[in-house]
Amino acid sequence: MRSFSIVDVWSIVLAVRWTVALAIMALVGGSIGGLIIALARSAQSRWLHGPARGFIIVFQGTPLLMQLFLIFFGFPVLGLEVNPWLAAGVALILNTSAFLGDIWRGCIQAVPGGQTEASHALNLSNYDRMRYVVLPQALKIAVPPTVGFMVQIIKGTSLTAIIGFTELTRTGQIINNATFAPLPIFALVAFLYFCLCWPLSKWSRRLERRLSASLR
Amino acid sequence: MVYHFQFGVVLQSWPLLLDGVLKTIELSMGAMVIGLLIAVFCSWGKSNGPRALHWAIDAYIEAIRNTPFLIQLFFFYFALPSLGLQMSATTAALVTMFVNLGAFATEILRAGVEAVPKGQVEAGLALNLKRYQVFLYIVLRPALKTIFPALSSQFILLMLTSSIVSTISADDLASVAANIQSETFRSFEIYIVVTAIYFLLSLSFMGLFKLAWKRFLYFPEGR
Repeated sequence: MRSFSIVDVWSIVLAVRWTVALAIMALVGGSIGGLIIALARSAQSRWLHGPARGFIIVFQGTPLLMQLFLIFFGFPVLGLEVNPWLAAGVALILNTSAFLGDIWRGCIQAVPGGQTEASHALNLSNYDRMRYVVLPQALKIAVPPTVGFMVQIIKGTSLTAIIGFTELTRTGQIINNATFAPLPIFALVAFLYFCLCWPLSKWSRRLERRLSASLR
Repeated sequence: MVYHFQFGVVLQSWPLLLDGVLKTIELSMGAMVIGLLIAVFCSWGKSNGPRALHWAIDAYIEAIRNTPFLIQLFFFYFALPSLGLQMSATTAALVTMFVNLGAFATEILRAGVEAVPKGQVEAGLALNLKRYQVFLYIVLRPALKTIFPALSSQFILLMLTSSIVSTISADDLASVAANIQSETFRSFEIYIVVTAIYFLLSLSFMGLFKLAWKRFLYFPEGR
Protein backbone atom coordinates (compact mmCIF):
# COMPACT_ATOMS: atom_id res chain seq x y z
CA MET A 1 0.00 0.00 0.00
CA ARG A 2 1.24 3.48 -0.83
CA SER A 3 -0.15 6.79 0.28
CA PHE A 4 -2.39 9.13 -1.68
CA SER A 5 -0.21 11.79 -3.27
CA ILE A 6 -0.32 14.70 -5.65
CA VAL A 7 0.52 12.35 -8.53
CA ASP A 8 -2.73 10.51 -7.87
CA VAL A 9 -4.67 13.76 -7.81
CA TRP A 10 -3.18 14.55 -11.19
CA SER A 11 -4.06 11.18 -12.71
CA ILE A 12 -7.65 11.55 -11.48
CA VAL A 13 -7.90 15.05 -12.96
CA LEU A 14 -6.46 13.77 -16.24
CA ALA A 15 -9.03 10.97 -16.35
CA VAL A 16 -11.68 13.64 -16.91
CA ARG A 17 -10.73 13.63 -20.60
CA TRP A 18 -11.94 10.02 -21.03
CA THR A 19 -15.23 10.90 -19.39
CA VAL A 20 -15.55 13.93 -21.66
CA ALA A 21 -14.57 11.88 -24.74
CA LEU A 22 -17.21 9.25 -23.91
CA ALA A 23 -19.84 11.94 -23.31
CA ILE A 24 -19.06 13.67 -26.62
CA MET A 25 -19.18 10.35 -28.44
CA ALA A 26 -22.56 9.56 -26.87
CA LEU A 27 -23.86 13.05 -27.65
CA VAL A 28 -22.77 13.06 -31.30
CA GLY A 29 -23.86 9.48 -32.02
CA GLY A 30 -27.00 9.91 -29.94
CA SER A 31 -27.94 13.10 -31.75
CA ILE A 32 -27.90 11.34 -35.10
CA GLY A 33 -29.81 8.38 -33.70
CA GLY A 34 -32.14 10.65 -31.75
CA LEU A 35 -33.02 12.68 -34.84
CA ILE A 36 -33.86 9.51 -36.76
CA ILE A 37 -35.96 8.22 -33.85
CA ALA A 38 -37.73 11.56 -33.38
CA LEU A 39 -38.57 11.83 -37.10
CA ALA A 40 -39.73 8.21 -37.28
CA ARG A 41 -41.77 8.66 -34.12
CA SER A 42 -43.61 11.66 -35.53
CA ALA A 43 -44.13 10.11 -38.97
CA GLN A 44 -47.57 9.14 -40.25
CA SER A 45 -46.67 5.57 -41.19
CA ARG A 46 -47.34 2.92 -38.57
CA TRP A 47 -44.26 1.01 -39.76
CA LEU A 48 -42.11 3.96 -38.80
CA HIS A 49 -43.56 5.26 -35.56
CA GLY A 50 -44.32 1.82 -34.09
CA PRO A 51 -40.72 0.57 -33.98
CA ALA A 52 -39.45 4.01 -32.92
CA ARG A 53 -41.90 4.00 -30.01
CA GLY A 54 -40.85 0.46 -29.08
CA PHE A 55 -37.17 1.46 -29.13
CA ILE A 56 -37.85 4.40 -26.81
CA ILE A 57 -39.97 2.35 -24.38
CA VAL A 58 -37.40 -0.45 -24.16
CA PHE A 59 -34.42 1.83 -23.56
CA GLN A 60 -36.29 4.05 -21.10
CA GLY A 61 -37.80 1.07 -19.31
CA THR A 62 -34.59 -0.85 -18.59
CA PRO A 63 -31.55 0.15 -16.52
CA LEU A 64 -28.59 1.63 -18.40
CA LEU A 65 -26.37 -0.76 -16.44
CA MET A 66 -28.24 -3.77 -17.86
CA GLN A 67 -27.98 -2.32 -21.37
CA LEU A 68 -24.23 -2.01 -20.89
CA PHE A 69 -23.99 -5.60 -19.64
CA LEU A 70 -26.08 -6.95 -22.50
CA ILE A 71 -23.90 -5.27 -25.08
CA PHE A 72 -20.70 -6.16 -23.25
CA PHE A 73 -21.67 -9.84 -22.96
CA GLY A 74 -23.57 -9.86 -26.24
CA PHE A 75 -20.67 -8.99 -28.54
CA PRO A 76 -18.80 -12.27 -27.87
CA VAL A 77 -22.06 -14.13 -28.57
CA LEU A 78 -22.08 -12.55 -32.02
CA GLY A 79 -18.46 -13.63 -32.40
CA LEU A 80 -17.04 -10.12 -32.02
CA GLU A 81 -14.19 -9.27 -29.72
CA VAL A 82 -15.14 -7.12 -26.74
CA ASN A 83 -13.43 -3.82 -26.54
CA PRO A 84 -14.56 -1.55 -23.68
CA TRP A 85 -14.57 1.48 -26.03
CA LEU A 86 -16.90 -0.28 -28.44
CA ALA A 87 -19.23 -1.72 -25.80
CA ALA A 88 -19.41 1.54 -23.83
CA GLY A 89 -19.82 3.61 -27.00
CA VAL A 90 -22.57 1.47 -28.51
CA ALA A 91 -24.54 1.26 -25.26
CA LEU A 92 -24.31 4.97 -24.52
CA ILE A 93 -25.18 5.95 -28.09
CA LEU A 94 -28.25 3.69 -28.19
CA ASN A 95 -29.41 4.92 -24.80
CA THR A 96 -28.86 8.57 -25.71
CA SER A 97 -30.67 8.07 -29.04
CA ALA A 98 -33.76 6.80 -27.22
CA PHE A 99 -33.87 9.65 -24.71
CA LEU A 100 -33.05 12.42 -27.20
CA GLY A 101 -35.50 10.86 -29.65
CA ASP A 102 -38.24 11.13 -27.06
CA ILE A 103 -37.30 14.69 -26.05
CA TRP A 104 -37.11 15.87 -29.65
CA ARG A 105 -40.37 14.16 -30.61
CA GLY A 106 -41.99 16.34 -27.96
CA CYS A 107 -40.35 19.41 -29.47
CA ILE A 108 -41.52 18.52 -32.99
CA GLN A 109 -45.06 18.03 -31.72
CA ALA A 110 -44.92 21.33 -29.86
CA VAL A 111 -44.67 23.19 -33.17
CA PRO A 112 -48.26 24.40 -33.80
CA GLY A 113 -50.30 22.25 -36.18
CA GLY A 114 -51.18 25.28 -38.27
CA GLN A 115 -47.58 25.40 -39.47
CA THR A 116 -47.89 21.90 -40.93
CA GLU A 117 -51.26 22.74 -42.47
CA ALA A 118 -49.82 25.90 -44.01
CA SER A 119 -46.96 23.85 -45.49
CA HIS A 120 -49.49 21.45 -47.01
CA ALA A 121 -51.45 24.39 -48.39
CA LEU A 122 -48.23 25.70 -49.97
CA ASN A 123 -47.73 22.26 -51.49
CA LEU A 124 -44.37 21.71 -49.77
CA SER A 125 -43.04 18.17 -49.91
CA ASN A 126 -42.68 16.25 -46.62
CA TYR A 127 -38.95 16.84 -46.72
CA ASP A 128 -39.28 20.59 -47.30
CA ARG A 129 -41.93 20.89 -44.62
CA MET A 130 -39.65 19.26 -42.06
CA ARG A 131 -36.45 20.91 -43.25
CA TYR A 132 -37.69 24.49 -43.64
CA VAL A 133 -40.79 24.80 -41.47
CA VAL A 134 -41.04 22.34 -38.59
CA LEU A 135 -37.46 21.49 -37.59
CA PRO A 136 -36.13 25.07 -37.36
CA GLN A 137 -38.96 25.93 -34.95
CA ALA A 138 -38.55 22.67 -33.02
CA LEU A 139 -34.82 23.34 -32.68
CA LYS A 140 -35.49 26.49 -30.69
CA ILE A 141 -37.60 24.58 -28.16
CA ALA A 142 -35.17 21.65 -28.12
CA VAL A 143 -32.04 23.46 -26.96
CA PRO A 144 -32.73 23.83 -23.20
CA PRO A 145 -33.82 20.19 -22.55
CA THR A 146 -30.96 18.90 -24.72
CA VAL A 147 -28.38 20.85 -22.71
CA GLY A 148 -30.05 19.52 -19.56
CA PHE A 149 -29.82 15.99 -20.90
CA MET A 150 -26.07 16.38 -21.42
CA VAL A 151 -25.82 16.26 -17.63
CA GLN A 152 -27.51 12.85 -17.70
CA ILE A 153 -25.08 11.67 -20.37
CA ILE A 154 -22.04 12.69 -18.34
CA LYS A 155 -23.43 11.02 -15.23
CA GLY A 156 -24.28 7.94 -17.29
CA THR A 157 -20.69 7.54 -18.49
CA SER A 158 -19.69 6.69 -14.90
CA LEU A 159 -21.40 3.30 -15.34
CA THR A 160 -18.91 2.27 -18.01
CA ALA A 161 -16.43 1.94 -15.12
CA ILE A 162 -18.32 -1.21 -14.12
CA ILE A 163 -17.51 -2.97 -17.42
CA GLY A 164 -13.89 -1.92 -17.07
CA PHE A 165 -13.64 1.29 -19.04
CA THR A 166 -11.00 3.45 -17.39
CA GLU A 167 -12.61 6.87 -17.13
CA LEU A 168 -12.99 9.16 -14.14
CA THR A 169 -14.87 6.78 -11.82
CA ARG A 170 -12.71 3.75 -12.65
CA THR A 171 -9.51 5.76 -12.15
CA GLY A 172 -10.79 6.78 -8.73
CA GLN A 173 -11.53 3.13 -7.91
CA ILE A 174 -8.10 1.94 -9.07
CA ILE A 175 -6.28 4.59 -7.05
CA ASN A 176 -8.47 3.84 -4.05
CA ASN A 177 -7.52 0.17 -4.28
CA ALA A 178 -3.85 1.11 -4.20
CA THR A 179 -3.85 3.86 -1.60
CA PHE A 180 -7.03 3.22 0.38
CA ALA A 181 -7.92 6.85 0.93
CA PRO A 182 -11.59 6.70 -0.16
CA LEU A 183 -12.69 10.00 1.34
CA PRO A 184 -10.36 12.40 -0.53
CA ILE A 185 -10.47 10.29 -3.70
CA PHE A 186 -14.23 10.02 -4.06
CA ALA A 187 -14.71 13.60 -2.88
CA LEU A 188 -12.34 14.71 -5.66
CA VAL A 189 -14.05 12.51 -8.25
CA ALA A 190 -17.47 13.84 -7.20
CA PHE A 191 -16.15 17.39 -7.33
CA LEU A 192 -14.83 16.89 -10.87
CA TYR A 193 -18.18 15.52 -12.04
CA PHE A 194 -19.81 18.50 -10.39
CA CYS A 195 -17.51 20.86 -12.28
CA LEU A 196 -18.55 19.24 -15.55
CA CYS A 197 -22.28 19.07 -14.84
CA TRP A 198 -23.11 22.15 -12.82
CA PRO A 199 -22.37 24.74 -15.53
CA LEU A 200 -24.49 22.72 -17.96
CA SER A 201 -27.39 22.57 -15.48
CA LYS A 202 -27.16 26.30 -14.89
CA TRP A 203 -26.96 27.02 -18.60
CA SER A 204 -29.94 24.79 -19.34
CA ARG A 205 -32.04 26.54 -16.70
CA ARG A 206 -31.10 29.95 -18.06
CA LEU A 207 -31.96 28.91 -21.61
CA GLU A 208 -35.27 27.58 -20.37
CA ARG A 209 -36.14 30.84 -18.65
CA ARG A 210 -35.24 32.80 -21.73
CA LEU A 211 -37.30 30.51 -23.95
CA SER A 212 -40.38 30.67 -21.76
CA ALA A 213 -40.04 34.46 -21.65
CA SER A 214 -39.91 34.61 -25.46
CA LEU A 215 -42.92 32.32 -25.84
CA ARG A 216 -45.07 34.34 -23.50
CA MET B 1 -18.82 -19.76 -34.13
CA VAL B 2 -22.35 -20.63 -33.23
CA TYR B 3 -23.49 -19.74 -29.75
CA HIS B 4 -25.78 -22.15 -27.94
CA PHE B 5 -28.22 -20.32 -25.77
CA GLN B 6 -28.93 -22.03 -22.49
CA PHE B 7 -31.77 -20.33 -20.71
CA GLY B 8 -32.49 -23.48 -18.69
CA VAL B 9 -29.90 -22.88 -15.99
CA VAL B 10 -31.05 -19.30 -15.64
CA LEU B 11 -34.73 -20.11 -15.42
CA GLN B 12 -34.00 -22.85 -12.90
CA SER B 13 -32.98 -20.20 -10.44
CA TRP B 14 -36.35 -18.47 -10.59
CA PRO B 15 -36.83 -18.49 -6.79
CA LEU B 16 -33.65 -16.42 -6.48
CA LEU B 17 -34.84 -14.06 -9.21
CA LEU B 18 -38.22 -13.66 -7.56
CA ASP B 19 -36.50 -12.88 -4.29
CA GLY B 20 -34.37 -10.29 -6.11
CA VAL B 21 -37.46 -8.68 -7.61
CA LEU B 22 -39.05 -8.35 -4.16
CA LYS B 23 -35.86 -6.87 -2.74
CA THR B 24 -35.60 -4.34 -5.54
CA ILE B 25 -39.22 -3.30 -5.02
CA GLU B 26 -38.72 -3.13 -1.26
CA LEU B 27 -35.58 -1.02 -1.62
CA SER B 28 -37.21 1.36 -4.10
CA MET B 29 -40.39 1.76 -2.05
CA GLY B 30 -38.43 2.36 1.14
CA ALA B 31 -36.23 4.94 -0.56
CA MET B 32 -39.31 6.57 -2.10
CA VAL B 33 -41.08 6.99 1.25
CA ILE B 34 -38.03 8.37 3.10
CA GLY B 35 -36.99 10.44 0.10
CA LEU B 36 -40.44 12.03 -0.09
CA LEU B 37 -40.28 12.95 3.60
CA ILE B 38 -36.92 14.62 2.95
CA ALA B 39 -38.39 16.39 -0.05
CA VAL B 40 -41.38 17.67 1.94
CA PHE B 41 -39.02 19.03 4.58
CA CYS B 42 -36.70 20.60 1.98
CA SER B 43 -39.47 22.24 -0.01
CA TRP B 44 -40.91 23.61 3.22
CA GLY B 45 -37.45 24.82 4.27
CA LYS B 46 -36.86 26.49 0.95
CA SER B 47 -39.95 28.64 1.20
CA ASN B 48 -40.26 29.16 4.97
CA GLY B 49 -36.91 28.42 6.59
CA PRO B 50 -34.11 30.85 7.50
CA ARG B 51 -31.64 31.85 4.83
CA ALA B 52 -28.88 29.49 6.01
CA LEU B 53 -31.24 26.53 5.73
CA HIS B 54 -32.36 27.67 2.31
CA TRP B 55 -28.73 27.85 1.22
CA ALA B 56 -27.90 24.42 2.65
CA ILE B 57 -30.87 22.83 0.89
CA ASP B 58 -29.82 24.41 -2.41
CA ALA B 59 -26.29 23.07 -1.97
CA TYR B 60 -27.67 19.58 -1.23
CA ILE B 61 -29.89 19.61 -4.31
CA GLU B 62 -27.17 20.87 -6.65
CA ALA B 63 -24.58 18.42 -5.29
CA ILE B 64 -26.88 15.43 -5.79
CA ARG B 65 -28.24 16.45 -9.18
CA ASN B 66 -24.80 17.10 -10.65
CA THR B 67 -22.91 13.97 -9.57
CA PRO B 68 -23.43 10.36 -10.72
CA PHE B 69 -25.38 7.94 -8.55
CA LEU B 70 -22.44 5.51 -8.62
CA ILE B 71 -20.12 8.08 -7.03
CA GLN B 72 -22.71 8.91 -4.38
CA LEU B 73 -22.93 5.20 -3.63
CA PHE B 74 -19.14 4.85 -3.37
CA PHE B 75 -19.06 7.88 -1.14
CA PHE B 76 -21.59 6.46 1.33
CA TYR B 77 -20.20 2.93 1.24
CA PHE B 78 -16.41 3.43 1.01
CA ALA B 79 -15.71 6.98 2.18
CA LEU B 80 -18.04 7.39 5.16
CA PRO B 81 -16.55 4.47 7.14
CA SER B 82 -13.29 6.43 7.30
CA LEU B 83 -15.29 9.08 9.18
CA GLY B 84 -16.52 6.37 11.55
CA LEU B 85 -19.89 5.77 9.86
CA GLN B 86 -19.96 2.08 8.98
CA MET B 87 -22.94 0.73 7.05
CA SER B 88 -23.83 -2.61 5.52
CA ALA B 89 -23.99 -2.66 1.72
CA THR B 90 -27.78 -2.78 1.68
CA THR B 91 -28.09 0.08 4.18
CA ALA B 92 -25.64 2.16 2.16
CA ALA B 93 -27.70 1.41 -0.94
CA LEU B 94 -30.92 2.51 0.76
CA VAL B 95 -29.31 5.67 2.13
CA THR B 96 -27.85 6.63 -1.25
CA MET B 97 -31.21 6.03 -2.91
CA PHE B 98 -33.25 8.18 -0.54
CA VAL B 99 -30.66 10.94 -0.40
CA ASN B 100 -30.66 10.93 -4.20
CA LEU B 101 -34.43 10.84 -4.54
CA GLY B 102 -34.92 13.57 -1.90
CA ALA B 103 -33.05 16.06 -4.05
CA PHE B 104 -34.96 15.30 -7.25
CA ALA B 105 -38.34 15.13 -5.52
CA THR B 106 -37.86 18.51 -3.80
CA GLU B 107 -37.91 20.26 -7.16
CA ILE B 108 -41.00 18.33 -8.22
CA LEU B 109 -42.91 19.12 -5.01
CA ARG B 110 -42.13 22.82 -5.24
CA ALA B 111 -43.47 22.96 -8.78
CA GLY B 112 -46.71 21.37 -7.56
CA VAL B 113 -47.34 23.67 -4.63
CA GLU B 114 -46.50 26.75 -6.67
CA ALA B 115 -48.98 25.65 -9.32
CA VAL B 116 -52.00 26.24 -7.04
CA PRO B 117 -53.17 29.85 -7.54
CA LYS B 118 -53.45 31.95 -4.36
CA GLY B 119 -56.89 33.17 -5.42
CA GLN B 120 -58.28 29.65 -5.08
CA VAL B 121 -57.14 29.38 -1.47
CA GLU B 122 -58.71 32.77 -0.74
CA ALA B 123 -61.91 31.71 -2.50
CA GLY B 124 -62.03 28.59 -0.33
CA LEU B 125 -61.62 30.63 2.83
CA ALA B 126 -64.28 33.06 1.64
CA LEU B 127 -66.67 30.12 1.24
CA ASN B 128 -66.13 29.44 4.93
CA LEU B 129 -64.17 26.22 4.43
CA LYS B 130 -61.98 25.19 7.34
CA ARG B 131 -58.20 25.53 6.94
CA TYR B 132 -57.73 21.78 6.68
CA GLN B 133 -60.53 21.57 4.13
CA VAL B 134 -58.85 24.24 2.05
CA PHE B 135 -55.57 22.34 2.26
CA LEU B 136 -57.17 18.95 1.52
CA TYR B 137 -59.54 19.87 -1.30
CA ILE B 138 -58.03 22.98 -2.79
CA VAL B 139 -54.28 22.76 -2.36
CA LEU B 140 -53.41 19.09 -1.97
CA ARG B 141 -55.47 17.52 -4.71
CA PRO B 142 -54.48 19.87 -7.58
CA ALA B 143 -50.89 19.85 -6.33
CA LEU B 144 -50.85 16.04 -6.31
CA LYS B 145 -52.43 16.04 -9.74
CA THR B 146 -49.66 18.29 -11.05
CA ILE B 147 -46.77 16.38 -9.50
CA PHE B 148 -48.05 12.82 -9.78
CA PRO B 149 -46.81 12.10 -13.34
CA ALA B 150 -43.36 13.52 -12.56
CA LEU B 151 -43.17 11.69 -9.24
CA SER B 152 -44.20 8.36 -10.73
CA SER B 153 -41.63 8.55 -13.50
CA GLN B 154 -39.06 9.54 -10.87
CA PHE B 155 -39.98 6.38 -8.95
CA ILE B 156 -39.49 4.20 -12.02
CA LEU B 157 -36.19 5.92 -12.72
CA LEU B 158 -35.16 5.26 -9.11
CA MET B 159 -36.03 1.58 -9.46
CA LEU B 160 -33.97 1.27 -12.64
CA THR B 161 -31.08 3.21 -11.10
CA SER B 162 -31.19 0.91 -8.08
CA SER B 163 -29.60 -1.80 -10.26
CA ILE B 164 -26.33 0.10 -9.72
CA VAL B 165 -26.27 -0.91 -6.04
CA SER B 166 -25.25 -4.38 -7.23
CA THR B 167 -21.72 -2.96 -7.66
CA ILE B 168 -21.34 -2.95 -3.86
CA SER B 169 -23.23 -6.28 -3.66
CA ALA B 170 -26.25 -4.84 -1.90
CA ASP B 171 -29.33 -7.09 -1.93
CA ASP B 172 -31.27 -6.52 -5.14
CA LEU B 173 -32.24 -8.03 -8.47
CA ALA B 174 -29.02 -7.09 -10.30
CA SER B 175 -26.92 -8.65 -7.50
CA VAL B 176 -28.90 -11.87 -7.86
CA ALA B 177 -28.05 -11.73 -11.57
CA ALA B 178 -24.36 -11.29 -10.78
CA ASN B 179 -24.47 -14.26 -8.37
CA ILE B 180 -26.19 -16.54 -10.86
CA GLN B 181 -23.70 -15.42 -13.48
CA SER B 182 -20.70 -16.35 -11.37
CA GLU B 183 -22.17 -19.82 -10.76
CA THR B 184 -23.34 -20.67 -14.24
CA PHE B 185 -21.20 -18.47 -16.54
CA ARG B 186 -24.23 -17.83 -18.75
CA SER B 187 -23.74 -14.04 -18.63
CA PHE B 188 -25.68 -13.12 -21.74
CA GLU B 189 -28.70 -15.27 -20.93
CA ILE B 190 -28.96 -14.10 -17.34
CA TYR B 191 -28.75 -10.44 -18.30
CA ILE B 192 -31.36 -10.87 -21.02
CA VAL B 193 -33.72 -12.39 -18.48
CA VAL B 194 -33.00 -9.79 -15.80
CA THR B 195 -33.30 -6.88 -18.25
CA ALA B 196 -36.66 -8.29 -19.31
CA ILE B 197 -37.70 -8.46 -15.64
CA TYR B 198 -36.73 -4.82 -15.10
CA PHE B 199 -38.67 -3.91 -18.23
CA LEU B 200 -41.77 -5.75 -16.99
CA LEU B 201 -41.39 -4.10 -13.60
CA SER B 202 -41.32 -0.61 -15.07
CA LEU B 203 -44.25 -1.38 -17.39
CA SER B 204 -46.33 -2.72 -14.50
CA PHE B 205 -45.57 0.23 -12.27
CA MET B 206 -46.38 2.59 -15.12
CA GLY B 207 -49.73 0.85 -15.57
CA LEU B 208 -50.39 0.90 -11.83
CA PHE B 209 -49.64 4.60 -11.58
CA LYS B 210 -51.85 5.36 -14.55
CA LEU B 211 -54.70 3.47 -12.90
CA ALA B 212 -54.21 5.27 -9.59
CA TRP B 213 -54.12 8.58 -11.42
CA LYS B 214 -57.40 7.89 -13.25
CA ARG B 215 -59.13 6.54 -10.15
CA PHE B 216 -58.02 9.01 -7.49
CA LEU B 217 -56.55 12.13 -9.00
CA TYR B 218 -58.07 12.93 -12.35
CA PHE B 219 -60.72 15.60 -12.53
CA PRO B 220 -61.76 17.79 -15.45
CA GLU B 221 -60.37 21.29 -15.39
CA GLY B 222 -62.09 24.48 -16.47
CA ARG B 223 -60.18 26.96 -18.54
